[in-house]
Amino acid sequence: MSAPVIDSVRPAAPDTPAGRTTKDQRTTPARFDTALGWNDKPGLAWGLRVLLCLIALAVFAAPFLTIFSGAFTTHPSGSSLSFLPHDTTLSNFRVAAAQGMWDYLGNSLVIAGGGLLLQLVVCTLAAYALARHRFRGQALIMMLFMMTLMLPEEVIAIPLSLVLGDVPVLHLDLKGTVWGVILPLGAWGFSVMMLTEFMRDIPDEIEEAARLDGVGELRMLWQIVLPLCRPALGVAGVLGFIMIWDQYLLPLIAAKDPTDYTVTVALATLRTDPVVGSGVVLAGAVIALIPSLIVYLLLQRSLVTGIAAGATKG
Amino acid sequence: MTATAPALTARRAFRKKAVVPWLFLAPGLLLALVFKFWPMAKGIWLSFFDVRPFLGDRWIGLDNYTRVLTDHRFQEAIGHTLVLGIGQSVGAIVVGFALALLLEGQARSLKILRTAVFLPAVTATAVVGELWRLMYYPTSDGLINSGLHFFGLGTVQFLDNPNIALYSTMAMGIWIWAPYNMVIFLAGLAGVDRSLYEAAAMDGVSLGQRLRYVTLPAIRPALMIVLTLATIRGLRVFTEVYVLTGGGPAGSTEVWMTRAYTLGFTRNDIGGASAASVVLLCVTLLLTVVVNHLRTRGEAR
Repeated sequence: MSAPVIDSVRPAAPDTPAGRTTKDQRTTPARFDTALGWNDKPGLAWGLRVLLCLIALAVFAAPFLTIFSGAFTTHPSGSSLSFLPHDTTLSNFRVAAAQGMWDYLGNSLVIAGGGLLLQLVVCTLAAYALARHRFRGQALIMMLFMMTLMLPEEVIAIPLSLVLGDVPVLHLDLKGTVWGVILPLGAWGFSVMMLTEFMRDIPDEIEEAARLDGVGELRMLWQIVLPLCRPALGVAGVLGFIMIWDQYLLPLIAAKDPTDYTVTVALATLRTDPVVGSGVVLAGAVIALIPSLIVYLLLQRSLVTGIAAGATKG
Repeated sequence: MTATAPALTARRAFRKKAVVPWLFLAPGLLLALVFKFWPMAKGIWLSFFDVRPFLGDRWIGLDNYTRVLTDHRFQEAIGHTLVLGIGQSVGAIVVGFALALLLEGQARSLKILRTAVFLPAVTATAVVGELWRLMYYPTSDGLINSGLHFFGLGTVQFLDNPNIALYSTMAMGIWIWAPYNMVIFLAGLAGVDRSLYEAAAMDGVSLGQRLRYVTLPAIRPALMIVLTLATIRGLRVFTEVYVLTGGGPAGSTEVWMTRAYTLGFTRNDIGGASAASVVLLCVTLLLTVVVNHLRTRGEAR
C-alpha cells in the first residue's frame, strides 16, 4: 500500500496519479473523490463543510491579519488587537527602524541568501555522488547525513558555540560573522536525502548515452542531472529557505554583540525593550514575516508536494 | 604489450573512478564533521569534566550526569517535556488529520484554503511566539479572552498561571504543526484507490466504517512518518517555549532543552549542560532506532 502513496506525491513526473485523478474524477461521482465523500452540491453536508472551512480559516489564517492590522495601528496597546486596523499609521515602522530592524533584516537576508546557496551546492554535490556513483562505504555516508538530522542546533548548542569561537585546525573565530551562521547550515541531511532519492530515479540510459559522448562528471551533473531534477531543487530551495529563516538559537549563539542578530532574534529583544509598545513588536513581526511569505506564496505548489514527498521518503 | 596497456588504463580509470565520489562528497562531509559531529564529540567529552575556564578542566567521571539526573528542576523538566511533546504531537496529528479530511479535493477554492491554512508552518517560530503572546493577552480585551468573554466565560491568564501556561504552549505547538501534518496526510489520502470507495458504497458500508477499514489502513505509512517526526521533535522542543514563556512562570513550562540552555549559557555550567544534551541525544537516538525497527517490521508484515 505504500507504493501509490509515494508515487502520488512525487513532484517530478508530469503523469503522476494526482494528474490522472483529475481525469478519472469526471467518470466517477464526486462523492467517491474524498475520504469523507464530500458532495459538491449545496445541501446540509455542504453547508457544514463551508462552516468548518471558515472555522479552520479563522483559527489558522486570521491571526496573521492581526499582525498586519496591529502593525499599522497607532496604539494597539497590546490588548485591543483586531482584524482591521484603526488609526492607520506608519509610526510603528519608524520606531522599529530606529531600533535597527532593517539592519537585522539585512543580516537575515545575507544569511538566508548565502546559507541557501551554500546548502544547495553542498547538498547537490553530495546527493550526486550518493545517487549516481557506487563506492565503498556508501551506506555509512548516507547514515552520517541522516544523523545530521538527529543533531539539531538545540542539542549541540553548547559545544557548537565553543567550536564557532575556535574552529578546529584552522583556529578561526567565526563568532560575530555571518559565516558562523551560514557554515553550520551547509550540510542539511534532509536536502541530501531528498535529492539523492530523486537523482536515483533518473534512468541509467540517459547517463550512459552521455558518457559515450565523453561527458565529464561536472558537465554530467550540471547539464544532464540538474535540469532533470529541477522540481526537487525547487523543493530543497523553499524548504531550505524556511529552515534557515526559522533559525533562532544558532544566530543567537553565533552573535558577538546585538548588531549581529538576525531579524528573528531581534524580535524577541525588541519585545523586552520596555520603551517600545506592542505595535512596534508587530511591525517587527511584519518585517520578519514578509520575506518568508513572499517565498512561500511564489513557490507554495512545489513546497506542499515537496514536504509530503520528502517526508514519505525520508 | 597489447594486453597490459588496456589493463593499466583500466586500473587507472578505476582508481580515478573511486576518487570522484569522494570529491563530490567532500564539502558536505567536511561541514558536517566540523559543525555537527565534532561538536557532538566535544559535548560528550566535556560531559565528563568539570569545565573551568582559565583553570583547566578537571575529570569528574559521571558526576555531571548524576547531578543533572538528580536535580529536581531537571526532573520536573522531564515531566513537562513529556506532557508537551506527547500532547503537542497527538494534538497536531488529530487536528492535522481532521484538516486533511476537511480540505481534501481538487476544487480551486480548496487549494486556496490549503495555502492559507498552511501559513503557520512556514512562519518563523519567533514570529509565531510574538503573535501568540499578544493573542494570549491576559486582560478581557485580549484577542482570545475577548472571544471567551463573548461566550460568557471569564478571562484566563494563559501565560501567567503556572497551571495553564504549559497547555497554552501546547496549543501554540499544535497550531504550528497541525498544518504540516495535514500536508503529509493529504498526500496519503491522494494515494487511496478511489475504486475502493465505490466498492464500499456498493456493499452498503457506512461512512465511519469506510474511514476505518479503507482510508486508515491506506494512510498508515503516512501516519507512522508523522508520528516519528513528531515524537523526536517533541523531545527536543526549545524555541517554542523559549520565545513564548522562557520557561516561566515559576518554571512551569521549563523543558529539558530550556533547562540545559540556562545551565550552559546563563550559569556557565558547561559540563552539566553537556551531560544534559548527551542524555537527550541518547534518548532521541534510541527512540529513532526503536521506531524505525517497528516501522520496518510493520511494513514486512
